[in-house]
Amino acid sequence: MATLVVLLVFALFIGAILTGGYNKQMIERFRSHWLWEWLTTVDHKKIGVLYALGGGFFFIFGGIEALLMRIQLFFPDNHFIVGRDFNELLSMHGTTMIFFVAMPLLFALMNVAIPLQIGARDVAFPFLNALGFWLFFAGALLMNLSWLFGGAPDSGWTNYVPIALNEYSPGTGIDYYVLGLQIAGFGTTMGGLNFLATIINMRAPGMSFLRMPLFTWTSFVASALVLFGFPPLTAGLFLVMFDRLFGAQFFEVALGGNPVIWQHLFWIFGHPEVYIVILPAFGVMSDVISNFARKRLFGYTSMVFATLLIGFLGFMVWAHHMFTVGMGPMVNSIFAIATMAIAVPTGIKVFNWLFTLWGGKITFTTAMLYAVGFIPTFVMGGVTGIMLSVPPADFQYHDTYFVVAHFHYVLIGGTVFGILSGLYYWWPKMFGYTLNETLGKWNFWIFFIGFHLTFLIQHVIGLYGMPRRYFTYQAEDGITLFNQISTVGAVMMAVGAILLVLNIFVSYRQRESLVAGGDPWDGRTLEWAIPSPPPVYNFAQLPQVRALDCWWHEKMEGNKEMEPAEPLESIHMPNDTPLPLIMSIGFFIAGLGLVFRAFEVGIVGLLVVIVAMFMRSFKPDHGYHIEVEEIKATEKGA
Amino acid sequence: MSSAELHHHAQTSAPLPPHPEKATLEGRNKILGIWLLIGAETVLFACLFGTYLALRGSNMNGPTTEELFQIPMVAAATLILLTSSLTSVLGVVGMHQNNVKKVQLWFGITVLLGAAFLGLEIYEFIEYVHEGHTFTGSAFGSAFYTLIGTHGSHVLFGITWISSLMIQVARRGLTLETTPKLFVASLYWHFVDVVWVFIFTVVYLMGKVG
Repeated sequence: MATLVVLLVFALFIGAILTGGYNKQMIERFRSHWLWEWLTTVDHKKIGVLYALGGGFFFIFGGIEALLMRIQLFFPDNHFIVGRDFNELLSMHGTTMIFFVAMPLLFALMNVAIPLQIGARDVAFPFLNALGFWLFFAGALLMNLSWLFGGAPDSGWTNYVPIALNEYSPGTGIDYYVLGLQIAGFGTTMGGLNFLATIINMRAPGMSFLRMPLFTWTSFVASALVLFGFPPLTAGLFLVMFDRLFGAQFFEVALGGNPVIWQHLFWIFGHPEVYIVILPAFGVMSDVISNFARKRLFGYTSMVFATLLIGFLGFMVWAHHMFTVGMGPMVNSIFAIATMAIAVPTGIKVFNWLFTLWGGKITFTTAMLYAVGFIPTFVMGGVTGIMLSVPPADFQYHDTYFVVAHFHYVLIGGTVFGILSGLYYWWPKMFGYTLNETLGKWNFWIFFIGFHLTFLIQHVIGLYGMPRRYFTYQAEDGITLFNQISTVGAVMMAVGAILLVLNIFVSYRQRESLVAGGDPWDGRTLEWAIPSPPPVYNFAQLPQVRALDCWWHEKMEGNKEMEPAEPLESIHMPNDTPLPLIMSIGFFIAGLGLVFRAFEVGIVGLLVVIVAMFMRSFKPDHGYHIEVEEIKATEKGA
Repeated sequence: MSSAELHHHAQTSAPLPPHPEKATLEGRNKILGIWLLIGAETVLFACLFGTYLALRGSNMNGPTTEELFQIPMVAAATLILLTSSLTSVLGVVGMHQNNVKKVQLWFGITVLLGAAFLGLEIYEFIEYVHEGHTFTGSAFGSAFYTLIGTHGSHVLFGITWISSLMIQVARRGLTLETTPKLFVASLYWHFVDVVWVFIFTVVYLMGKVG
């Protein structure tokens, strides 16, 4: 009750300030500050930058966690970080990297590129877009607060019950996981829904589905996976929350519960999740390879159908994470065959990339280096995936470093290379200047070599029998040197990552000499037809799309710009609003309240959310218009 | 019609086009968005159904499904909720006739029926708790209350949503902004009804005979 009173007083105090009761100029000063513009923005390009900043911020945390683990494993029988602390590190590393790094960074690229690639002025739901970002940030922040208050979650990123129940994990660690992920998950689901609606409804005239760039296609399928894949996680997290906070018995065997339900729900989400993070990366690679090979993507249509097939099969294979649970040979065989089947569409993709490169006029920019480095790396991860899909073999590999090596090959070799390639590729579109290519190449080679040094050897560590998640090993196990090589590689990766940060810093300083112009890479797709950074309305006149790789098509026809599909007239834009931020703060308060079992605080937080929803619904938001004279002036300036 | 013209249209009281909910891009986006949301919610409920089916035999010391469920009362609740779907359709018909009174009448009845359904459900829960079927007593209890409770909270959300839209219609009338909202809320309401049809079958009827 005392917490409630304190919070209420605090809220009244804030309310007094904001309504001008305290200082009349305060609210004006807030509004004129540059930060306010970023906190309230509904512009997809700015939200893309926010996603990139958020993902980058948590990448630091996830990276430090990884380095600490590798330091502990440098010597046999080391006592640097052991036991529960090590468990916290590995749990937070996995959760952070998947949910708070890979996904937001991909959402950053999707936000920046999709509306530009399909010729739209914004996404279908700009408000929802902002809300999605702020919910991700609130959830991620909530979970990372666990380091300071009450201990981090320590049951792995998979959070298996019964280890994650009160009996074996007392304290608040798992509650942070459950609530943080729940809040971030709501945001992600909204993001997925938004991209789906955008791609279906907002395409420019002539931009038929089979003329969309492949990044838009793969993001489209990934968004569908988000939409149908995240609800099982939501349901599962609710069950764990009810068990931990409200005494439900879903997983308590003594009262008829069944822990395997969590495993099923988690992996029905979890397997589509790995395709959610890899498919957009495939899209980046396809666009980048076709751009820098200066060729139309080989087998475009087969790429599209392979993407759809991967998305469909992604939902059919979740139980291959559970071969050792004891579901029986029949179930295991069905899921094994379904898993192996995914290799077919993936193989189609790999060959299409190779055939696109074949005979191309290749330029090795940093973006292209990442794309080309991705192909063999990802294939290696794919091959170990096939090995793991064979149940009798999986019984040997299960929960060893072999699995760790496998999923880092696909998640770093696939997703992270894709993100970095996309970052170098679209950076000029986002900010108007390219990143420094010399530093970029250093960044690529150090990171690439460091990566293989870290994880190639982990296959061997796994085959020697070292289980994943263990915090130590003995000298006589004969894996000391292997672990040391792996740690050296991890340090090298960290150096590579620091080079990226350095590159961003240096390029910003040199931005005058790195000015990109609208089309720095001699691009093929629609986003390169407009200035960099694009004006707030993106397209002064919506373009008429006449072919696949439509911008390249116009250039080949000798045109300097896209043919407009509408007369120049005033453009309607949505207003900025602080409500997404306020709603996310409400969710954050509710989450923190529930973590500490202060249910009054939880209710207060949810009330903030509900009031904000009513404010959104009742206050008509007519947006504003950019008039023709202003558009003309902007276009001339660019 | 371009968005600028429509925007102008929204602020004047010119007669609405025949399908006002689909006349603007915003409206079409909203309708697509609610269908996508319904897709996601379907998966959410499917997971809760699966959990319930896996745990419904684990009643431990509490009553079994056969002992617990009273079909007549649940059938009455079903009838009420299905009727409310019909009345929300009549509300949308009123909207297409640009008839504010008809919209308010039928959506008002929809809200009342929804509230009656919720009342019956709360009464039912109280009865069950008296018979020893509780949320914490067994895995069956947890799964049952989570599934039915999630549906009930959707009904509550729908009631609140439609009521607040009725206030907006009372204030602003039927415009190109309020009509897509009404249409979308009515789609959501149908979805909540369909979920109940499955609950009635899978939980109650199968609980009696399966």
